Amino acid sequence: MLLLVPELVPSLVPALASDAAPNPWLSWTYLQRNSGDVLAATGQHVTLTLQAVAIALVIALPLGALAHLRPRLAGPVLGVTGVLYTIPSLALFAVLAPWTGIGRVTVLIGLVSYALLVIVRNVLVGLRGVDPAIVDAARGMGYGRLRMLTQVELPQALPSIVAGVRLATVTTVALTTVGVVVGFGGLGQLMFRGFRSNYHAEIMTATLLCLLLALVVDLLLAGIGRLLTPWAVRGVQPA
Amino acid sequence: MNVLLEALRWLNDPLNWTGPSGVLALTRQHLVVTGLAVLLGAFVAVPTGLYLGHRGRGATVGVVVSNTSRALPTLAMLTLFGATGLFGNTATALACAVFAVPPLLSGAVTGLGGVDADVRDAARGMGMSGARRLWTVEVPLAVPQLAAGLRTAVVQVVATVPLAALVGGRSLGTIVVTGFGVQRYGQVVAGAVLVAALSLVAEGLLALLQRAVTPAGIRALARSAPVESESGHTPPGTQVAHVVRTGSNDPARDV
Repeated sequence: MLLLVPELVPSLVPALASDAAPNPWLSWTYLQRNSGDVLAATGQHVTLTLQAVAIALVIALPLGALAHLRPRLAGPVLGVTGVLYTIPSLALFAVLAPWTGIGRVTVLIGLVSYALLVIVRNVLVGLRGVDPAIVDAARGMGYGRLRMLTQVELPQALPSIVAGVRLATVTTVALTTVGVVVGFGGLGQLMFRGFRSNYHAEIMTATLLCLLLALVVDLLLAGIGRLLTPWAVRGVQPA
Repeated sequence: MNVLLEALRWLNDPLNWTGPSGVLALTRQHLVVTGLAVLLGAFVAVPTGLYLGHRGRGATVGVVVSNTSRALPTLAMLTLFGATGLFGNTATALACAVFAVPPLLSGAVTGLGGVDADVRDAARGMGMSGARRLWTVEVPLAVPQLAAGLRTAVVQVVATVPLAALVGGRSLGTIVVTGFGVQRYGQVVAGAVLVAALSLVAEGLLALLQRAVTPAGIRALARSAPVESESGHTPPGTQVAHVVRTGSNDPARDV
């Protein structure tokens, strides 16, 4: 909108050109001069994201397995996770803040709970989607319930679990920025500071880094998923 | 527990509810911005989605768009629009419209894409023109997914608008952000409860709407279908298309 103004009002052009300091959206010098700052924010972003997803996975696997073993629990588990997912991130951070304080722990709890919902759902879907013939064969070979779960069903559910972890990670990368309300937003800190000081390059750099981070982590997880399921037929969707 | 009492006291104070910065005024602004954003998003997404779905392409486009949108931080959009010189709720509505587009688009594309190929064929065989096929056959069959897309879009925007309080937009989020600013955590919790309540009410009302526009037969099929993966709301259409296809009485086709 501002870009149009000089063309619409020619008399303003000299004034604008001489008075306004350049405020480009992309600036290499910004990145060079603030590399330490940007790296620190990116580091905070990455560690928050990875910690949150790792904790969520550790909680979600047993929870999903439990919901699978006790089908009566599946309804409540999915229902509660669905309702929690509807609650806006700002509200969740705000409710947590008075009890867990302003800082890292609050952000982490919020991120873990959102990631948890996505992963639990996919663990359950994966476990339910295991071919009944395979379960039958395992039972025929004398596998007990727990051994069947850990050695047959969970490996079979891996593609779905990996998909859930990828989705949760990408969502968490985006959500971490909201941590700015309690002062721990990783790249969100840069965005907010850039907004406060009207510094376009800072906002744009943080945004692009966020997108890049999501892409890189997603590709890495996709690679790990491939390594974990060497038996999967490539190029064909696992049925 | 002190904070909870403070929150209750805040909520119980009539002065916090009335006036230009009261809960009622802020709720109204919240809803107006949400409505504007969804309308703006629909203005872009629905025609595009209908076109792509009608043409039978764009299945991948829908997926790609909705996946990248997950990676795009809401705060980034809000600060980007906020910094361009569009202050307050104009910037908020524009930024939130961006987040309303993916669910609406993928709803339209999957809805139209899920229409049984035989039904399209029959419509063409009856001599219907492209536009008539779209409006009298494909769109009515895609209504459940269109409604699901609308529900996801509205709920997402209602949840995103509060964040705009950080960049100067006025909504229920303003209560939370101001509370953080003056370190009154009772007010923060009260605002958070209001924001969460508004989201849950919006979700519930739209779920009812979605149910109302979904024909009874499709509802029954969706109920018996297994849980969908992903976090989004279960689109019943994919299951339906499958059942319709395999439940055909044409013996030659499924061989």
